Amino acid sequence: MKQKSKAELWIAFAAIALIYVAVTVLEQTVDSNHIIFTVLKKGAIYSLVAVSMNLLNGFTGLFSLGQAGFMLIGAYTYSIFTMPTEVKLTESVYKYYEAAIKFDTGIFVGLICAGLAAALFAALIGLPVLRLKSDYLAIATIGFAEIIRAIFQWDVLGPVTNGANVMRNYLDLTDVKIPFTDIAFPPTLYVFLASGVCIGLIVLLINSSYGRAFKAIRDDEVAAEAMGINLFKHKEMSFIISSFFAGVSGALLAMYQYTVQAAQFKSAMTYEILLIVVIGGIGSVSGSLIASFLYIAASEWWLRGLDMGKFLGIEAPNLFRSGFRRFVFSIIIMMIVLFFSKGLMGDKEISFAGLVRRFNKRAKTAKGGGIDG
Amino acid sequence: MLDFLHANLSYFLSGISVGGQYALIAIGYTMVYGILRLINFAHGDVFMVAGLMMVYLSTALPVTIAIPLVLIMTVVLGFVIERAAYKPLRTAPRMSVMISAIGISYLLQNAALYFTGGLAKVYPAIPWLSQSVTIWGSTTKMVTIVTPILTIVLVVLLTLLIKYTKVGMAMRAVSKDFETSRLMGIRINSVISVTFVIGSFLAAVGSILYFTNYASVTPISGGMPGLKCFVAAVFGGIGSIPGAVIGAFIIGIAENIIKGGTSIFGFGGSGWTTFSDAFTFALLIIILVVKPTGLFGEKATDKA
Amino acid sequence: MAENVLKLENVTMQFGGVVAVNNLSLEVNKGEIVALIGPNGAGKTTAFNCVTGIYDPTNGKISFNGKTIVENHPRGKMKKLYAGENAKLYVNSRTVDPTPDMVTKLGIARTFQNIRLWKSMTVFDNVLTAKHMRAKQNVLTATLRLAYKEEKRMREETAALLEEQNLLQYANDLAVSLPYGLQRRLEIARALATDPKLLLLDEPAAGMNPQETQELGEFIVQIKNKYDLTVFMIEHHMDLVMQFSDRIYVIDFGRLISNGTPAVVQADPKVINAYLGVAE
Repeated sequence: MKQKSKAELWIAFAAIALIYVAVTVLEQTVDSNHIIFTVLKKGAIYSLVAVSMNLLNGFTGLFSLGQAGFMLIGAYTYSIFTMPTEVKLTESVYKYYEAAIKFDTGIFVGLICAGLAAALFAALIGLPVLRLKSDYLAIATIGFAEIIRAIFQWDVLGPVTNGANVMRNYLDLTDVKIPFTDIAFPPTLYVFLASGVCIGLIVLLINSSYGRAFKAIRDDEVAAEAMGINLFKHKEMSFIISSFFAGVSGALLAMYQYTVQAAQFKSAMTYEILLIVVIGGIGSVSGSLIASFLYIAASEWWLRGLDMGKFLGIEAPNLFRSGFRRFVFSIIIMMIVLFFSKGLMGDKEISFAGLVRRFNKRAKTAKGGGIDG
Repeated sequence: MLDFLHANLSYFLSGISVGGQYALIAIGYTMVYGILRLINFAHGDVFMVAGLMMVYLSTALPVTIAIPLVLIMTVVLGFVIERAAYKPLRTAPRMSVMISAIGISYLLQNAALYFTGGLAKVYPAIPWLSQSVTIWGSTTKMVTIVTPILTIVLVVLLTLLIKYTKVGMAMRAVSKDFETSRLMGIRINSVISVTFVIGSFLAAVGSILYFTNYASVTPISGGMPGLKCFVAAVFGGIGSIPGAVIGAFIIGIAENIIKGGTSIFGFGGSGWTTFSDAFTFALLIIILVVKPTGLFGEKATDKA
Repeated sequence: MAENVLKLENVTMQFGGVVAVNNLSLEVNKGEIVALIGPNGAGKTTAFNCVTGIYDPTNGKISFNGKTIVENHPRGKMKKLYAGENAKLYVNSRTVDPTPDMVTKLGIARTFQNIRLWKSMTVFDNVLTAKHMRAKQNVLTATLRLAYKEEKRMREETAALLEEQNLLQYANDLAVSLPYGLQRRLEIARALATDPKLLLLDEPAAGMNPQETQELGEFIVQIKNKYDLTVFMIEHHMDLVMQFSDRIYVIDFGRLISNGTPAVVQADPKVINAYLGVAE
């Protein structure tokens, strides 16, 4: 009955606006080669895919591990659609094949089509697999992701997918223009906007009547069904929507990377995303967001030294050599899984009112202590 | 048919051999799933670690000592993983345990990546196993012949163990009904440990045979075989040991024929190699849709 | 004769070799409170599960307001294994096996013996979510808040329902944090939120003391009159059953052994035997 108070909603909007302003300012003032932009861009992309996975695993209770496969579909659809036709006709990308798709689209259409292609696949795959029980669903979705990867690498489809070769020269982040002008759009801001809109839509969905139905299915399938919620319809819906956004995030990843190859989207990638979701808290959107940026920042930036011989000022080239970062990282993740299984946020969201309350409480106890002492 | 068989004989042989190796790994999956209802995602990586241990140990020790050491250390590894990563989550939801398994898999792979520096390590030639033999005109390694025989011997031993020993009986009881067995005074934790010990032992044997065939170990060599062996276990009917073995042989043979087969459905051969992995998963999805209990699986009873 | 709302004909539910419900036929008429009683393991909840679509009965027919909602006959393996009666009765008719949500949509709502509230949700959201089924919206209009009027209506109705059940003060508490008796109330409120015509209550008074049981009985009569409901309940508390139900069906080992008004059933020696065992 009592919805989130208006004031709290405004604070949230203000905080989000502040983030966007900060990104804009940062991009205008700091050298664009700074590592922070890598972290922000990749973090935003991973945020989107992590939230999309959370929609499925956290909010609908479907343990699906097909995320990498849907990202692959998105990335390829995007690269095939936005690669300029004249590039397709020369040998610079399609060296061994004659490109079959002889048209190209803009970035926006490409992104939407990437999502739609992934959603379409999800719709087809969902028919058989969503009837399976939890762990069978997990293994079947891994299986489908692997099949998708094999199909995209298949030489018979070479004229479309370029076989197992790299896709490049499609429209990437540097090709984004401010509408109606020829001025380049700030790339980090673009990724933030694209991811932000998608995540915003997912949040709206989660807080809608359908989101509640998803949570009901997660909490108790039998009760959900008995209260008139069609299990298959809602699971399929959640699966398709999650895949749509995974597809878009795949496309954004392709934009960010400049090149893309099917071999990149292995099940290890899905596991990585799953671990981000776990770190953030299964069933918490804000947790997934924080965890994505932390994860990317730690692996791309803060822990870099572990691979480079010097960390926190300690030089130990024999210990801190290539691969140590990921080793340390996986130990940290195991610690979180075992000892902090709720992750950063559990299934709660960041609430500004809650922060204020907690702050007040702490202040009060501090004061109380003072009087007693 | 006979022509097809003859033309593809070497693929059949290696298929049977790989199938045997898969079978040894698949048993680990099927036993753990039977008891804990857990897909032990780390099992394939335990298998990979066993391979790496052999690589490192054989540089310092003679093979006759290295092999038993590898077996023991793999068993210890399996035991420790269970105690450290799965036991604390006994009462947690199933999803958490699966996530823990994925975390362990990630940890083992990254540890291997760090220690090997990401390079493929050459697997030592084990004197007798690596010898070449010629049968019916196709040359192959001894291991190809040994694998199916050894697999069958081990499976028979395992079946006897499960049928006639006290711990075997306890395992069967636990896989039938976890809670009741606990109430009946069966020491669940030791039964689970034994399961992991057996699974890891077989995975170690499997790794010696498998890597003798493939000759190199990388940190990700465990991932794909691991998933395939799980599929084999599902295909045969999860929880059923003979099922897992038969499933593994079918997948091993089919995959090698796809890899080497001249042409299928009129499409050229080379393109199908991409699908040798995908085929396994296609098989998985078909079986899950058509007969989710697998070939020999028992129907799970649902309580509303 | 009053029109019947729910009618079971020859319903048999067999699991492997066990016949849980055997050839059960009964009728519940409009506006009645009918109780289904029997010793533990008699097949009462199984019968409920057949009605609500959780189980497909092995044989038999169930109709609701004159419309067939479930119909089945032994098929596949069951053809040989079938130990119930009237195996041939429905062989030539079309099989109808709805999913539970379809049954709920028709207007049959239920509660569960072991309370099944959605544990991560508040009291308010538990009731609100039960309104999802009848909401006029789709995923797009709901997400983009184009259906905000519908959402507002659902919220108002939910608040009104909670108010009436004296649960409004707990609206923002987690459903599972309520005391046991209130959880049972909430489950009934949640069932009411689906706008049912027939309410199936599975042991609504389980775990309640006589005082609470009495209140529950009065509450059931009250909601029945207010929402123009028909009530069919499984219950063990004989006080509740005898005082508040219009008619009683008694089953034992899946079979109907007696039925009639409370007075008739109470005096039936077969019922006494079923509960106390036959004196040798």
